[in-house]
Amino acid sequence: MQNIIKDGAVLTADAWQLVRPDAEGQLSVPDEGDVIVPLAAWLAEPERWAARDGRVAVWLASDDEPAELADSLSRLELVAVDFPAFTDGRGYSIGRLLRERYGYRGELRAVGDVWQDHLHYLWQVGFDAFEIKDGKAVESALAALATFSERYQATFREPQPLFKRRST
Amino acid sequence: MYRYDEIDARIVRERVEQFRDQTRRFLAGELSEDEFRPLRLMNGLYIQRLAPMLRVAIPYGHLSSRQMRKLAEIARKYDKGYGHFTTRQNLQYNWPALESVPDILAELADVEMHAIQTSGNCVRNTTTDAFAGVAADEIIDPRPYCEIIRQWSTLHPEFAFLPRKFKIAVSGSEQDRAATWVHDIGLHVVRNEAGEVGFKVIVGGGLGRTPMIGEVIRDFLPTAHLLTYLDAVLRVYNRYGRRDNKYKARIKILVKAMTREGFAAKVEEEWSHLKDGPATLRCADVAHYASFFTDPAYEALEANPAEFTARLAEDVAFARWVERNTRLHKQAGYRSVVLSLKKTGVPPGDATAAQMDAVADWADRFGFGEIRVSHEQNLILPDVRERDLYDLWQLAKDAGFATPNVGFLTDIICCPGGDFCSLANAKSIPVAEAIQQRFDDFDYLHDIGDLELNMSGCMNACGHHHIGHIGILGVDKNGEEWYQVTLGGSQGSGATIGKVIGPSFARAQMPDVIEKILSVYVDSRHADEKFLDTVRRIGLDPFKERVYAKHH
Ligand code: HEM
Ligand code: SF4
Repeated sequence: MQNIIKDGAVLTADAWQLVRPDAEGQLSVPDEGDVIVPLAAWLAEPERWAARDGRVAVWLASDDEPAELADSLSRLELVAVDFPAFTDGRGYSIGRLLRERYGYRGELRAVGDVWQDHLHYLWQVGFDAFEIKDGKAVESALAALATFSERYQATFREPQPLFKRRST
Repeated sequence: MYRYDEIDARIVRERVEQFRDQTRRFLAGELSEDEFRPLRLMNGLYIQRLAPMLRVAIPYGHLSSRQMRKLAEIARKYDKGYGHFTTRQNLQYNWPALESVPDILAELADVEMHAIQTSGNCVRNTTTDAFAGVAADEIIDPRPYCEIIRQWSTLHPEFAFLPRKFKIAVSGSEQDRAATWVHDIGLHVVRNEAGEVGFKVIVGGGLGRTPMIGEVIRDFLPTAHLLTYLDAVLRVYNRYGRRDNKYKARIKILVKAMTREGFAAKVEEEWSHLKDGPATLRCADVAHYASFFTDPAYEALEANPAEFTARLAEDVAFARWVERNTRLHKQAGYRSVVLSLKKTGVPPGDATAAQMDAVADWADRFGFGEIRVSHEQNLILPDVRERDLYDLWQLAKDAGFATPNVGFLTDIICCPGGDFCSLANAKSIPVAEAIQQRFDDFDYLHDIGDLELNMSGCMNACGHHHIGHIGILGVDKNGEEWYQVTLGGSQGSGATIGKVIGPSFARAQMPDVIEKILSVYVDSRHADEKFLDTVRRIGLDPFKERVYAKHH
């Protein structure tokens, strides 16, 4: 795995396999290894995932409701959020909700149409891992985390908005 | 005026460098057309019919003389020597080269300006009353809040990729001069029963192909909660606004689908988690931003000094200009001056570099170095001593800035239309010009009185045709340019969407059509009744009858 950035470095090894439903909506989950399954599957078959040998994580589509995962979060070491197109900004709100409202502290991974120009914002709202889209440079994406040295808003990374840090 | 500190300046510089790199990667083929488009739009860069178009943000329409000189310099150096002031209080350059845009942005950054979020599906430039701070009916000065919103919306990490563009307008006075009812969010200052100041929050207004007047989702929002509430509205929109069809992606469609009550309840639920959070404004925070907008050092003057009233008495043309193109000021002995960008034969809103420089000089010489851009596409010198008005008028006349038509029929709001815009169905500038030529008699204009004529070259409604007392819309009929007319639209507190009077017209007919409409008004009006009021009283039928009457 050369295309995953985590905690500000390129990962050399990553065991997770993200499973998406096929064209008929069928999900074939490998028996072995660590898998990231869709939210609907996670909620539908709790016994299956509990009984499985490998580790199980969950991914959210951009129209999934993060509240539905709230009760599971303490048991998950990785949650992924899918960006079907980089212009689909719903995942940014999902990231903040998972971190700020539901208190998730594990790995939060952005997957899908994810590349250099979005990493800075994704980091701000709480993502700490990024699977860079095929064909996009990973090194320059890593550098893009530092595009801006300041920001105005209160975010997950910077809970105090700039105006507060300014006027006191 | 707001002045950048080191952090504001750094953020803008970093944005310029980010865009420079994005442009470089696009030109090197590392970013595809589809990938670059949203990135460049977020920085105000369109690719137009003839050349790229760069839209520069003029936050809430405020400019210093130094900034205006820079805009003039850029117009000369990178463009064809002029720029276009828009209905959203911004400036557009029509002819910059793609490769030079990063350099233009760097020059803008030198004078604390940028093109951040002037297009794209993100929060756009916040607009307000062009007379903010000097208007006599002001409840609070909206500018500190506009700057607070500007900073909150600038590079907001959660809301960079909304379903569609998002526009916020703020009005700080009783009378709404910021069109708050036709914005995605309109914030209208109100006082509650306890005398506290807050905002009425209006959501889901907008023009474009589905024109709508907004809905009030909160009657009173205490100012301290401004940002957390905005976060809540934007989050609901970001998550639930439609993304499958760009024509149904504005927040107005979501509000309609959820109903006003349903949408308001969803926002309140979201807000209950954010309320009183770190982004709650304290008095000290508001005071910090308000400190940039204190009154300039006005002189203690008497109103209507003798040298001014003498000139008024002896020079009719001057008196006419003062009546139409100046406004009373909260400070005795001062006026706000509207410099008309609606001279016949010049596209409405266009200004040459020489004109920009001249305005900058007058702002320094007669005022406190400040200029405003109005959403009617005129320029305003907010603080001019009455005793200087005569000198200013003469200079403005020479520079083609003193057409005494502010608020008249010929003060047309008009989009660039088919001459510049690739989305246009029809040209709009030549129609505006033909109307200005037909109605060039100031006694007639004076008799007709206040009348807003707005025109757009397609249903995107950049020229706000729906809220013109008379609206003109360019339509395409089998590849030919036709024009549809609406009557009875209005901006302001009782905003209404105009109604179509019937089948559309060919371009050459338009001055005649307007003339007939005006003749119905002249025949039907009560004493002192304004055009809009007559339309509201008698309805569309008398106008239809005359306009569509068969010739004998
Ligand atoms: C020349 C290139 C331009 C292009 C390609 C363009 C494109 C568009 C489009 C596509 C829309 C409709 C969006 C929607 O309804 O969702 C729109 C709306 C609008 N544009 Fe432009 N525009 C241009 C120039 C201008 C200019 C010069 C002005 C100001 C004079 C302007 C001001 C506006 C305003 C105020 C609206 C909003 C109406 C609303 O509230 O929905 N645009 N523009
Ligand atoms: S209204 Fe239509 S023609 Fe006019 S500028 Fe907007 S998009 Fe272009």
